[in-house]
Amino acid sequence: MPILDVKGLTKTFGKFKALDGVDFEVKKGEVFGFIGPNGAGKSTTIRVLLGLLKRDAGTATIFGQDVWSDAVEIHRKIAYVPGDVNLWPNLTGGEVIDLFASLQGEVNGKRREELIVKFDLDTSKKCRTYSKGNRQKVALVAAFASDAELFILDEPTSGLDPLMERVFQQCVEEVKEAGKSVLLSSHILSEVERLCDRVGIIRSGVMVETGTLAELRHLTRLNLYVELNSPATDIGQIPGVHELVKAGDGWKFQVDGDKLDAVMTYLSKHGIRRLESAPPTLEDLFMQHYGDVTGRAEAGDS
Amino acid sequence: MGRSMAGNGRLTRFIIRRDFVRLFLWVVSISVVTLAVPLSFQELYPTQEQRNVMAETMRNPAMTAMVGPGNLEHYTLGAMTTHQMLLLTAVAVALMNILLAVRFTRAEEEAGMTEMIRSLSIGRSSPLSAAMTVLLGVNAVLAIVLWIGLTSLGIEGMGSSGALLYGLTLGGTGLFFAGVAVVCAQLAESARGATSLAMIVLVGSYVIQSSGNVTESVMIWLSPFGWVTSVQPFSENNGWPIVFLVVSGVVLGSIAGILQGKRDLGSGFIHQKPGRAHASAFLKTPLALVLRLQRTGISIWAIGMLILGLSYGSVLGDLESFFDGNELLANMLTGNSDRPVAEQFLPMLMLVMAFIATIPGILALHKLVGEEKKGRVDSVLGRRVSRTQLMGGYVFVAVMNGVVMNSLAATGLWLAGRSVMAEPLTIATVFGASAVQLPAIAVMIGVSSLLIGIAPRWSSLVWLYIVYSFVTLYLGSLFQVPDWAARLSPFGWVSEWPSESVNWMAEGGLLAIAAVLVVIGLFGYRRRDIL
Ligand SMILES: Nc1ncnc2c1ncn2[C@@H]1O[C@H](COP(=O)(O)OP(=O)(O)OP(=O)(O)O)[C@@H](O)[C@H]1O
Ligand SMILES: [Mg+2]
Repeated sequence: MPILDVKGLTKTFGKFKALDGVDFEVKKGEVFGFIGPNGAGKSTTIRVLLGLLKRDAGTATIFGQDVWSDAVEIHRKIAYVPGDVNLWPNLTGGEVIDLFASLQGEVNGKRREELIVKFDLDTSKKCRTYSKGNRQKVALVAAFASDAELFILDEPTSGLDPLMERVFQQCVEEVKEAGKSVLLSSHILSEVERLCDRVGIIRSGVMVETGTLAELRHLTRLNLYVELNSPATDIGQIPGVHELVKAGDGWKFQVDGDKLDAVMTYLSKHGIRRLESAPPTLEDLFMQHYGDVTGRAEAGDS
Repeated sequence: MGRSMAGNGRLTRFIIRRDFVRLFLWVVSISVVTLAVPLSFQELYPTQEQRNVMAETMRNPAMTAMVGPGNLEHYTLGAMTTHQMLLLTAVAVALMNILLAVRFTRAEEEAGMTEMIRSLSIGRSSPLSAAMTVLLGVNAVLAIVLWIGLTSLGIEGMGSSGALLYGLTLGGTGLFFAGVAVVCAQLAESARGATSLAMIVLVGSYVIQSSGNVTESVMIWLSPFGWVTSVQPFSENNGWPIVFLVVSGVVLGSIAGILQGKRDLGSGFIHQKPGRAHASAFLKTPLALVLRLQRTGISIWAIGMLILGLSYGSVLGDLESFFDGNELLANMLTGNSDRPVAEQFLPMLMLVMAFIATIPGILALHKLVGEEKKGRVDSVLGRRVSRTQLMGGYVFVAVMNGVVMNSLAATGLWLAGRSVMAEPLTIATVFGASAVQLPAIAVMIGVSSLLIGIAPRWSSLVWLYIVYSFVTLYLGSLFQVPDWAARLSPFGWVSEWPSESVNWMAEGGLLAIAAVLVVIGLFGYRRRDIL
């Protein structure tokens, strides 16, 4: 049974449909990446999962319990880091961490101290004086010091420096090794690529793609560079070839995963002198799903 | 200096343009009150005999502590105005200057505006000197307006030279506290810190003045308010303490300039001492968090309510002696009742105090909406805290606030009444009259809970309801408000005990309504989206 199970989740604000039948699940011991453009509905989904927003339709369960009616019970085993960490200006970071720990239930003092050292956080300062990154560290320390089974992280690294981001990634890897699950929403695709077992892409309130990175790659295009012996003028006409550009002595283009065979057959007739291929990055994948593909791809090539 | 003052003029004009309305309102409201008081004194006490009676009621240490000494031997309208108004107005002017000075300096710096301005071709000292220039101007304008205004009232005993000194005393006090505030703005690292520091100086000065004047010791010279009470415009016309005020103000301003030259932008001299690295054993529950976040506010309100009670109580003695000497008036007001005058007035005083005690209660509850708007509720509800528990904590604190604040005001009234009255009110009378108001306070908190629970966007409407209640009940007798209009407010159902007997049905009904409203609010809060 999945730890987190969402089916047909719908949420409207007035007339605006922020979520329109979102489906996905997170299994035990899995890190699930949740990506999508601004305003796609990631934070809304997460706030429904935390019982802060009431869904209009669909089911959403965590540990088999309903996220709305059993919220308090579920939260015992959940750690949440919001994207915008807002803290009380006149409490210190240390006080907030302890307060969160007591509100959670269990307190792991040793782990707290380790994390504070790792994240290099001065806990005796008032939250008023913290930078965005430091406020985020407070929330991260509170989250990873807990004995949660599921970590719900909404853009947790948007304010962290690269060093701290590495610490964060280590923390995620550690909890994963301990068999816990993570729902990670992020705009930093390299991070998602590195940490996540499965990825869900949401767009305008609809989950457009879910699967392992390998599965998603299969669905998408491969980047190819070829140099041919005899000139081929009509590569652009082959079905499945996109973004064709002349580059030096050869051609650069993208091929749909399922058309690769046909394209290779065609190319080999012209005698392949050189062939380079690169798997699509998550960024390619993302771009492909979101509109302005050509503009950005060309800008990247030149 | 030289280049460091570049752009001073431009910046000064900019501040005036940006904050003109604010400056205008401060000066106008202080002037209007100052000019209205001698006029109403003239109406109320047209003969010297009546003023002499008034002077006699003023002859007690509680009064001296509050408003300072006065020329009670020659209690002319001018002397009366000076005695009863000058010190309190000086406090208001000091407050104005502190708030404005911090706003122009540290608050700007904290918000990052100063950083932008300094990156333009504006000198390092200009933001501070422009702020001081504006404040100097405001205080000068205030002094001149009061001088001309008081002179033109043409009241006997209020000559032009006295009016000039009256205006200059207030202007000088303003300049002094502007200086205090800009120094505090250099010392503290935040606007809040700077304001608190300057307020400590203000309250300290007032307290030193009080004890100095009551004991008639040289201590008064340690306090700027002591200097204020030594001027005595319209009687002694002793002008030189004003020189102290102005010179100290200028010196303080210069000290602020020197301090500013020695520090980095955004830093201060009093560094925030490192706070706790761990939460105390107390800070473990949502309720504890609510109390922790509001503790400063609650303490300040508590002191304020006690002082309010004390000042109302200290009037009771005067009331007694005033009506003792005037049987006709006493009969008119109290409708031939054989009860003591003070008891007749008690329900009205208690009503006003209950209204004021409602405010901290509602404020406490409204913090829940504030927390929601600032996005901090997510972090709490995202943990093992139920919505009922969270909102319940706020409602509990709100109710406790109402009860404690109302009782503190009653305590103050009882304490002061005991020391100034010939026949003090009994403790049971005072607290009984106070307690009958509590159900109405509870209903107000209930209304607020209801709004927060089901229509958070409209939660401020409760203030409108409070204002409505206040207008219909307190001012209702003046405006001839019909009975049913007053009954639309919970305070309209409160019994006027001890003048009339307690209506237990009404009191119980109010409590029941309050409970129902809170329960509906809690249900609504459990069911709605967190914004
Ligand atoms: N309380 C609300 N009332 C009305 N509209 C809302 C509310 N909360 C979110 N929305 C809308 O719902 C949509 C989804 O917002 P959401 O915050 O979930 O996006 P997101 O995927 O988290 O975006 P980002 O990457 O920028 O964080 C947006 O169009 C937003 O304007
Ligand atoms: Mg978001």
